[in-house]
Amino acid sequence: MSLSGNVAIAGAYEHPTRWAPDKSESLIMAECARGALEDAGLELSDVDGLFAASMSMGIMGVANLAEYLNIKPRYLDGTNIGGSSFVAHVSHAAAAIHAGLCEVALVLYGSTAASNAMAIGTGLGGGGGDPEAAFIAPYGMTTVGSYAMVAQRHAHLYGTRPEQLAEIAVTMRRHASLNPEAKMQKLITVDDVLESRIISTPLHLLDCCIISDGGGALIVTSLERARDLAKTPVVLQGCGEAVCHQEIGAPDLLTIAAKQSGEQAFAMAGMSHDEVDLCTIYDSFTITLLVTLENLGFCKPGEGGAFVGGGRIGLGGALPVNPDGGGLSSNHPGMRGIFLVIEAVRQLRGGLGPRQVEGAEVALVHGTGGTLGSLHSGATLLLSRD
Amino acid sequence: MSPKEIEYRTPSTNWQTLAFWEGCGRGELVLQRCQDCGIVQHRPRGLCASCLSSSLDHFVASGRAKVHTFTITHQNGMPAFRDACPYVLAYVDLEEGPRLMTHIVGCAPESVFIDMAVRADFVITDKDLGIPRFVPA
Ligand SMILES: [Zn+2]
Repeated sequence: MSLSGNVAIAGAYEHPTRWAPDKSESLIMAECARGALEDAGLELSDVDGLFAASMSMGIMGVANLAEYLNIKPRYLDGTNIGGSSFVAHVSHAAAAIHAGLCEVALVLYGSTAASNAMAIGTGLGGGGGDPEAAFIAPYGMTTVGSYAMVAQRHAHLYGTRPEQLAEIAVTMRRHASLNPEAKMQKLITVDDVLESRIISTPLHLLDCCIISDGGGALIVTSLERARDLAKTPVVLQGCGEAVCHQEIGAPDLLTIAAKQSGEQAFAMAGMSHDEVDLCTIYDSFTITLLVTLENLGFCKPGEGGAFVGGGRIGLGGALPVNPDGGGLSSNHPGMRGIFLVIEAVRQLRGGLGPRQVEGAEVALVHGTGGTLGSLHSGATLLLSRD
Repeated sequence: MSPKEIEYRTPSTNWQTLAFWEGCGRGELVLQRCQDCGIVQHRPRGLCASCLSSSLDHFVASGRAKVHTFTITHQNGMPAFRDACPYVLAYVDLEEGPRLMTHIVGCAPESVFIDMAVRADFVITDKDLGIPRFVPA
């Protein structure tokens, strides 16, 4: 029996908070667990697999979280590959469930990135005593900077213009204005993006994701069990993972992890691009979304600038992306991957009001983790409504 | 007010990477070549990441390179870089193949372009080690 089509997401919960100075990561995760279990119609005692990552979880992190939740799962996974971790957790959970190693998997994320005043995008570089990192540390590569170098290369090879990147930020903000929980609601124009201050050329402030607190949870189980639970199951059809790095010196910076993980997900699902009704794609920066669409094969390399224009990726367009407003406008508590899955689940269940993609049957989720131009991970899911 | 010069710290090393940083201290870009498969690799490692051979040689590269891509960094909250903004973070492609992350200095940030010819320049740190940066050729 194939993994494709036999495992489902049965519960999903996005913490409504965007600012939680009174909470800890563990508390946010526990509140999210409560929300997702209630959503699925399950109890904490049903959970036998725990999957989690956070900005601070290291050795024993997932074990410590099990203690906080007072659960003793029989499957633990603390894979931490940055913002894509939770997208990967869903496929890891599916594999474990399919193999009989657990039955009800809880995937968790929580963060107080905003109330901790964490400079996620502009605070890297400088030191540390790690000889492995010494080839990067002296140069003050910020997270934004690593993505900006990809954007600069893209502009050089293909003539991609700042206006085209700005179009992405404008679209995400329009979506956020339809999401009552989104942090940034005020509509913006292409000029607003271009007139916002430069952070790292060619990226402006409004090309960058926001910083918020937040958290989320997912319940993954067998499709068979999911059909007996509270909500319409969202079925895993395909998945893939990948990593891109500096190789032995000269990788193609515009071929990102999404290419490998996306190809695997499509092949496993036996699906084609025209079957996808919407995407949720990690939009840490406008360039991230653009090169991800290219690498996933929705357009050819170099065509991303034109592809994101003309309303194509907006609600009502041919391929709506991030109807919740994404990391650019809804929320971005450090590692955003879990919200990509949550919004895909909500859209496939339906009934979201003005931000609903009408008749959504199939969603593609792609998370990116790390620093795009130097070392990053990618994870893709293809999900369908049962 | 013009930006402050970046004060580079002494690089952290181990036996696998020391030849590179010592080379920089002498004003030379030292790269690794595999004695078995002949491939040139960077960053340096304790074995060849192509054929897993432990037989590696070092050689002095020309120091000539072209800018592969870059970004003018206008904001970095880290104290070591905050007052040095704007500075040019770049990848340069060495004549010998590998790409290095570096800074482009010795010219106005806005004059840097992709494919620009550059050459290595070194800041000497403690312990006679060095940090490579690139300047217009
Ligand atoms: Zn070799």
